Amino acid sequence: MSQEKKITMAHGSGGRATNDLIREIFAQAFTNPVLDAMEDAAVVPGNEKIAFTTDSFVVEPLEFPGGDIGRLSVCGTVNDLLMRGAVPKYLTCGFVLQEGLDIGLLERIVKSLAATAREAGVEVVAGDTKVVEGNGGLIINTAGVGFVPENVCISASNCRVGDAILVSGNLGDHHAAILSRRMGISNTIESDCAPLGEMVGALLQAGIRLHCLRDITRGGLGTVLKELAEASQVTMALDETRLPIDVQVRDFCGLMGLDPMYMGNEGKLVAFVAPEDAVRACELISSCAYGNNATIIGAVTDEKSGEAYVNTSIGGKRVLDVLFGEGLPRIC
Amino acid sequence: MCVAIPGKVIEIYEKDALVDFSGNRVRAIAGLVPVSVGDYVLVHAGCILQKLSVGEAQDMIRLFEEIEEEA
Amino acid sequence: MTDHQITKIKTWLAAYDGPDISIMEVCGSHTAAISKYGISGLLSDKLHLISGPGCPVCVTPTGYIDRLIALSLEKDTTVVTFGDLIRVPGQRKSLAEAKGEGASVEMVYAPTDIVRLAKEHPQSRFVFAAVGFETTAPVYAMLLEQLVAEQVSNVQLLTALKTMPPVISWLCEHGSGIDGFLAPGHVAAVTGADLFVPLAEKYRVPFGVAGFGAEELLLAVYGVFYAVVQYRDRGVVPSVKNYYPSVVCAQGNQRAKELVEKYFEPCDALWRGIGVIEGSGRRLRAEYACFDAGSDQLMEDHKKNPACCCDRVLLGRVLPGECPLFESVCTPMNPQGACMVSEEGSCHQYLMYHRER
Repeated sequence: MSQEKKITMAHGSGGRATNDLIREIFAQAFTNPVLDAMEDAAVVPGNEKIAFTTDSFVVEPLEFPGGDIGRLSVCGTVNDLLMRGAVPKYLTCGFVLQEGLDIGLLERIVKSLAATAREAGVEVVAGDTKVVEGNGGLIINTAGVGFVPENVCISASNCRVGDAILVSGNLGDHHAAILSRRMGISNTIESDCAPLGEMVGALLQAGIRLHCLRDITRGGLGTVLKELAEASQVTMALDETRLPIDVQVRDFCGLMGLDPMYMGNEGKLVAFVAPEDAVRACELISSCAYGNNATIIGAVTDEKSGEAYVNTSIGGKRVLDVLFGEGLPRIC
Repeated sequence: MCVAIPGKVIEIYEKDALVDFSGNRVRAIAGLVPVSVGDYVLVHAGCILQKLSVGEAQDMIRLFEEIEEEA
Repeated sequence: MTDHQITKIKTWLAAYDGPDISIMEVCGSHTAAISKYGISGLLSDKLHLISGPGCPVCVTPTGYIDRLIALSLEKDTTVVTFGDLIRVPGQRKSLAEAKGEGASVEMVYAPTDIVRLAKEHPQSRFVFAAVGFETTAPVYAMLLEQLVAEQVSNVQLLTALKTMPPVISWLCEHGSGIDGFLAPGHVAAVTGADLFVPLAEKYRVPFGVAGFGAEELLLAVYGVFYAVVQYRDRGVVPSVKNYYPSVVCAQGNQRAKELVEKYFEPCDALWRGIGVIEGSGRRLRAEYACFDAGSDQLMEDHKKNPACCCDRVLLGRVLPGECPLFESVCTPMNPQGACMVSEEGSCHQYLMYHRER
């Protein structure tokens, strides 16, 4: 389809225009035997235990350095499945297109979504398209199914006293990349948006005693750790000097009055592993494509149930809570 | 109050200057204080407020000693 | 500083066992930094850090927010603001809520971004929500320079500018029991550290101009507590000490001060929850009235909830946790007073960092 074409209400009519759109853009990008059959529902092989999740994606701008809404909507759902130790298998995609959306842009996003699905090893087995009034925006919902292997028990309530706390890389990159574009700050920060299957697979395969995994998304590491401290009724004690933060992201936060501890990622995880396995786990994550700068940042203790804190560089103690509000840039 | 961090002047234009903050580039209004390329400046809300003097680490040690001397 | 010096400071702060001492930080960024570095936890039970009225968002009255909302709903008018102000409640709602109802609100990083918007949309009027202290006033003056030079006629300011010395005087005269002040570093970058000298002399309290790094701030906190003890025990006359010399000098930025004088004049100002303090604000001079979006009529301030203690929190009379609404009724998601709204507000900070003191 040509670059100038825009989405109109006719594309949502269910008639000819809808069929053309589905055939020329979606079916081509996602092709696989289950989807190609164009049945009302996908029928797929199963597993005794499945993990099942859904997420909706809204981001402005739709394309950003390091990714786009298509890649994001695969990573978000796939990573949620991985955080329960599941092997992601199937994805569904619902597209809500706003009138005026550039069809060339839609095509790029759909192709990016398909490529990311292939990278993550999942098949898009069902989909839907709707058109609403608006001004050229796009919302994507994905749902995912993964198979949970026997004997895997990874959960938010499973962090144990003594566990080492690892993060798979630098904090805040995605949020900083998006905000940089919105606020017109020029830099080379890229979203870290990525599927984390390789590193989770590596940890499980090596027999690392993995108690809990969480992807660091909206709300940042601070929010994640506070929630997990409450779910597991333990204390999270971090060392400020070990927190991996890119200098560019750090200064971007400084300019905007934001805190990297509360800036979201889309391709980072925090892992809780038995202390004897910590160094090995860190090496395994580092050897993966998206595991640059994996670091052991602290340990689980039993000081005060539900508390998360950071030991600061001057020996103070900074207590963490979940993010309130939405992390808007500020000057004062 | 008043979020502001130091950055380094990279280029100077007619009314503003390009200031670098570890890779973040901001066009900041100049004109409140004379600046040259290479200067470190304090930027608040897109405006250069002040030029920084160097030797901060030394200053802190001296200031600590001053507090002690008054005892 | 050397590790040895830092250890010495921490040991002194932890071991202090004399009469209680309270010092106030009059800067929201200092409040935030104190929590972030965990400095309050390094102090003995006898040493207290109190958050004062130094967050411009927290001291902006409801009438101002209501006027911004009204402007944002006017035909062909866009309100342009920093992110800080978006969620602050007026008497009934915030700009964010108004935006959800179709109001025209734009968030920018720099006030001068408004010139670009104004040139792109010559038929619309753009109103900048000009809040702030001495630090931000020169930025607005530079904006006005540009508006005048480039003859941009579709930009106005709604001002709620405040100045530090009158409110510090007010605090000292209203018996808040403050023994010393951490002076705001970025205000002093513009005004010079000497701004605080008359206050230190008149009220016999020490001032420490403080920076925002962990060690800089720790040093200033120590310096001010130490000066209070020196005055009490040995009669050493309190003075203004500059602990932020990389950025602050005695005289400040002369050009910035002149430009602010060119466009603005002192006026009485209404502080949210406190009331009117004489000469504590700045308004556009009469010759630049064409750039004013009606700032003079904003003398209304209504508490959203009568039990809200923001006024007494701002004065250091109660700690955030002592307000009956704190954390139960008043939360960052549903703020009853301004101190809970701004991320630098005392209540927000105490809640977020679980500070008890």
